Formats: sequence, C-alpha cells, structure tokens
Amino acid sequence: MLDNLKILFHQGRQYIPDVTAAQVPGIFKGRPVISSEIINEAELAEICPTNAISTAPVCIDLGKCTFCGECAFAFPGKIKFTTDYRIATNDRGRLVIMEGSDKPVELNPELIRKEISKYFSGSLKLRQVSAGGDNSCELELNACGNVNFDMGRFGIEFVASPRHADGIVITGPITENMAQSLQICYDAIPAPKIIILAGIDAISGGIFEGSLALNRSFLSKYKIDLYVPGNPIHPLTFINGVLELIRKKK
Amino acid sequence: MSYISIGNNETIRISAIPELSYSSFLEFNVSSMIKANSSHCVNYFGYPYKGKIKLICCIANDDLHTINISSSIVDSQAQLPSFTKHNLAFEKYEREIHENFGTQYVDHPWLKPVRFPFNRFNKSLRVADYPFFKIESEELHEVGVGPIHAGIIEPGHFRFICNGEQILHLEIQLGYQHRGIERLFLERKKLLQRTTLAENIAGDSVASHGVAFVNLWESLCNYHADRDLQLARTIALELERIAIHTGDLSAMCTDVGYQLGSAVFGRLRTPVINYFQKWCGNRLAKGLIRAGKNNYPLTEALMGELTQLLDDYEKDFEEIAEEQFSLPSVLARFEKTGVVTAEQAAMIGTVGMSARMSGIKRDIRSSHPHDLYYELQHQPVIKKQGDVYSRARMRKKEINQSIEYVRELIQDIPMGKHRIGLSGYPAPDSFAISLVEGWRGEICHCAVTDEIGELVHYKIKDPSFHNWLATALAVRNNEISDFPICNKSFDLSYCGHDL
Repeated sequence: MLDNLKILFHQGRQYIPDVTAAQVPGIFKGRPVISSEIINEAELAEICPTNAISTAPVCIDLGKCTFCGECAFAFPGKIKFTTDYRIATNDRGRLVIMEGSDKPVELNPELIRKEISKYFSGSLKLRQVSAGGDNSCELELNACGNVNFDMGRFGIEFVASPRHADGIVITGPITENMAQSLQICYDAIPAPKIIILAGIDAISGGIFEGSLALNRSFLSKYKIDLYVPGNPIHPLTFINGVLELIRKKK
Repeated sequence: MSYISIGNNETIRISAIPELSYSSFLEFNVSSMIKANSSHCVNYFGYPYKGKIKLICCIANDDLHTINISSSIVDSQAQLPSFTKHNLAFEKYEREIHENFGTQYVDHPWLKPVRFPFNRFNKSLRVADYPFFKIESEELHEVGVGPIHAGIIEPGHFRFICNGEQILHLEIQLGYQHRGIERLFLERKKLLQRTTLAENIAGDSVASHGVAFVNLWESLCNYHADRDLQLARTIALELERIAIHTGDLSAMCTDVGYQLGSAVFGRLRTPVINYFQKWCGNRLAKGLIRAGKNNYPLTEALMGELTQLLDDYEKDFEEIAEEQFSLPSVLARFEKTGVVTAEQAAMIGTVGMSARMSGIKRDIRSSHPHDLYYELQHQPVIKKQGDVYSRARMRKKEINQSIEYVRELIQDIPMGKHRIGLSGYPAPDSFAISLVEGWRGEICHCAVTDEIGELVHYKIKDPSFHNWLATALAVRNNEISDFPICNKSFDLSYCGHDL
C-alpha cells in the first residue's frame, strides 16, 4: 500500500490541465501556411505522395496530407507547417488550406445538427471501428483516454458495444473486407448518431486512395459530422474537434 | 549448386538464383531446415513469370549469418507435393501461394484462405465464407468474437471451441485489414510514395518497416548509407521498441485489472513517443526514415534531451516494474498462462519475441545484423517458459537492453551533414532482400526488378504472419477469460499480416 502511494507520488502531475490551450512539444506539423511566393508550382505538386497539393492558387488538402513535410523542405519560403493542432472540422471544404490564408480551421456551425448539442454536450459515447487502419490512429485514439489527455473528464468515452454508443469513429481507408462489418456496426447504433472520420486514410483513403482492395461506398450514404486530419491524428486534434462539435451551437 | 548464399541487404542478379526442378527445390529447402533452430525460412513466395509462377524461397542460416536463396518455376494451377508435409513452418507460405495463384498442394493439411486479397485466384470465396474447423459434440460450444472487438483495436475474427469455460481450440481468421499494399508498391512509382506506403504497413512499427524498406531500396540502388544515417535508424528502432513494449506492459496490466501499473506504464510511454515528435514532428516516427537522407538530423540538443529522457524514464520504470513483478495478484494471472512450448514454437516457425520466449535464440540483430547492430554485439534476451510471464519479463529486459544501446549510441554525436537524398536507380533484373528485427520480431522485405529496373514484385512479411498461430496454440486449455491477456501478451499486428 505504501509502495503504491510512493509510486503514485513519484509520477507527479501528468494530466494536461487545459487541452484547448496546450502547447505541443517540439516540431509538431499542424496547420500549414502557404505564402504568396512565386515558385514552380508543378514541381511543388509533384513532390506530394498523396496528391494533396493543387496549384493556381496553391492549396493543401488536409484530408489528404500525410504531414510528411517534404514540400516544406523543398520550398521553405512557400510552405510552413505551424504547430496549430486544432485542424478538425465538419466542413470538408475547410480542410483545404488556401494560399495566403492564416486563419484557424473551425467547425461550420451551419452544418452541426441541432440534436448534437442537445443530447451529447455533456456525454458522448463512441464506438470505434478500424476498417483497414494501420493501428497508428488506433493508438492515438487510445491515448486520448490515458492519464495525460484524459478525455473522459469531458464525458467523452469509447464503449465496447454499438448499442451503448452515440456515434462511430472510423479509422482506415475502409477495405472491401470490412465494408459489411462496418455497415452492421453502424446500423446497430441507436439514432441520433454521429460519424467521425479519424485520420487521412478514413477521410480520403490517404496513400491507399484508389486501391482496388477498398470499398468506400459507406461514406457516400451518410453525412459526416467531423473530419479529424492527421497521419496519425494527434490526441489534441481529436479532443478539441469533438469538444467543438458537441459544444458549438448554431 | 542448388542455391545462392547472400547476406542481409544484398542485391543480386535474378539470374544468379539457381532455378531447380520442383522436386529438387522441395528437397533442398526442406532438408536445409532440419537443423530447426539455427535455420528458418524468412520468406517464400511466388510471382507471375512468363505465364507461369516463379517460386523464390529464402532460408536464413543464423550461424553463418547468410540467407540461402533458391527458385523454381511451376504452372500456376499445378498439383504439387507440399513443403508443409515435411515441415509445418511452411504452412502459411503455401496457403498464401495457393490463395494467390490457385496452386494445389495435394498433401497440405489445411489449404485455408490467408487474407482474402482483392486479386486472389478464387474470387467467389468471400471473407464471410471462411471454413472454420468444427467439432461435433453436444458438450462443446462455439464462441465467435469479432471482426470488431470491444476496444479500440483492429479487426479479426476469433472462433473458439470451448468445453465449459475451457478453450479446446481457437482458430483466427484475418484479412479484414487487406489494403492491397504489395500491389500499390508496384503502382506508385515515386520513391516518397513507396516510403510512405512502408510507413503505413503497420503504424506501431513505422521505424521497423521503414528501415526494412530504405535498406532494401538503398541496396537496390547501390547506395551505401553512412554512419550518421545508420545511427539515426538504429536509435529509432530501439526507441520504438521501448515505446511499444512499455505500452504493452500497460495493456497487460489493464487485462489483469492492475490499474496502477496500467496508468504508470501508460504515462511512461508518452515521453518516449513525444520524443519522436520533438525529433521528427510525428509521435509514431512517420516521416523520419528516408532513403539516402535524414530530414531531421540528430543535434547535440536532441541528444541531450534523449539522455535526460532515458534517465527520468528508467527511474520510474524500474520502480513500477519491480512492484508489478512482485505483486501476487499479477503473478497469479501471468504465470503458466498461455504457454507455447519450445517444441510448438520451433515447429510452427515463430520469430522475434514469440520465439525467444520459448528458448529459441532467433534475433536478426545478432544473426543478420544491419545498420549499427554490428557494433552493438547484440545478445538476445531468452526466456524458457513460453507463458504470459515470459513475454512480460522479456519486454522488461528488452527495454533495459534498448536503453543501454541508445546510451551507447549517443556517445557519438554525428556531424549533421546535409544530404540531397538518393539519386540512383534500382538495378535491373535484380533481387534484393532486407531483414530487420522490429520490436515484434523479424520483418522481411523482398523486391524483384525487371530489365529497366522497375519493380515487378514486392513482398512484405511481418512477424505476425507466423506468430498468430502461436497465439492460437497458447490459449488451448486455458480459461476463455484469459484470452485477452494471452492475446495482448503477443500483441500481434492485423494490418501487418493482411497488408
């Protein structure tokens, strides 16, 4: 007993007191800023492994970007990745960062269904389905609930059964072999239910986009309530995105 | 000669691999595996070749530090005697060849599907149609779990046959995670795309699969990574081992209801993965490993932080580990649970931790060293019992070992030289192999190029390919309630298996 108390004491304070304002350590690559410098745009777009960069004007689609940073190494004057991790949104268009824009990525209040803040603002139970995920977003979703990030303090938790859930968090590019199971799981969640796509594999297919082993037809059937970019997502991106979704009102 | 003997990360002309008749091919490879614990098959695969199938088999000899490569050409739907009849360690490879090309093995014990790839031979067989083993009895019942599990975890289906609470048999069906990665390696032509693919094979082994790919690619392009690059790769591999082993110890505490251990090991993992973020901007090291360059050179400041990190980590780690391994309620659940005997482990050809927990000295860091493992003179941690306790203890010991290695490596601060990256092209008509000991075990990547140096085949083997069968054997005669702790003690990859 005394040993256990000693161990507890030695851990010190581990939780992040304010997850909305925490600073991430080191050189985290978050929301990019694109300058108006004139460069060879075709050369820039050619670098990207997932075709996330479009030209005239230069835009980066955070739903596709793997955050590898190769474009910023090649064109440091043109592209800079800031440490702004608050990049989740419910509006797919807002994930596309335009040249010259240095505005935070936010949710579009017009697109938030009103039942979300009515029912889920104090408690949100989620069922996670990995549909071809590589276990990196899964590790980070688990980390959301650990003693550091402690998402449970906001009443946001992952549950074992879809029957107990208010929504589904999908990771991975959605493989053909998981398509049916994903549908069955979604159908088992009682309405109203929300859908969150975590990671660029889920949002766009990521590096797997166009693979014949995928079946992404599920996504065209339903409205997506939140896109959380990253490869993998950062726990702070996820927690802040979900908090904004359940607290923001029209 | 019936084979060509090469080293790890060596590229050879494809024509240098002897082509044997199938019967000599079988005889040679089966007989070279007779000394079971010092030889094992690191890869055996087929690829389409002039309307037929070319089979390439790679047997590693751990004592001589070599890999013996041989090949044979067969008709795609040929009726063949199996290697498996003589050595069970080949069972999964032959099932894979059967699934991909329709090759019939007449004496294979169970030619079941492996991962239902999109380009499989028999497309009428779907993932829902897996032929599970059945026992007809009024006393027995079946329990089906998955593909979606209770936690935040990847999908796979587990079918138990139980006698009351006791597990008689477990069969594991995988394939739900199949993303067609091997095919994408051929279709995506840019080096950065292929590197990104390698990093996304298994997100918990980013450094391991990343290093396997870049070492292979550099070998194909005849590029020799300098010491600084090798240093960064070796440190990344050992830090990944520390991070994931720590997370696994946390999860194992969770599964036996030891909350303090779960929380403390969980929080100890955070500074290690946060170090990756400080180093390369990504907590799981995506973006760090690149062929012919390092975008994030290790600086003196980074090295200093690493020293501090390890000192802080070690103190708290030792304290909680000592408590955990002396707690009767933890030991009662760990000891003699989920045993894989040395005979079973050798028979099914397990690799990595799953082999070393049962007394098999199998570790690429010592048998086929790459990067700076030549200098570290690695001695594998070996356990004998093959139970959950062995797997937990091994993680603890390997973490200690990795900390020592990292400390040794950072004595020597690199110059931070600027590199422009790799400019060469892959050699034409060649074969290359790369072996890396990831935290889970041995990873093998193989590549075959055509006459203009373009990839015609890319083969990935994750340690989970072999070790899932060890998990299935481990739970036999255990209570079904001990399945979670058995499964977590192996912590195998679904996506690494399904590709």
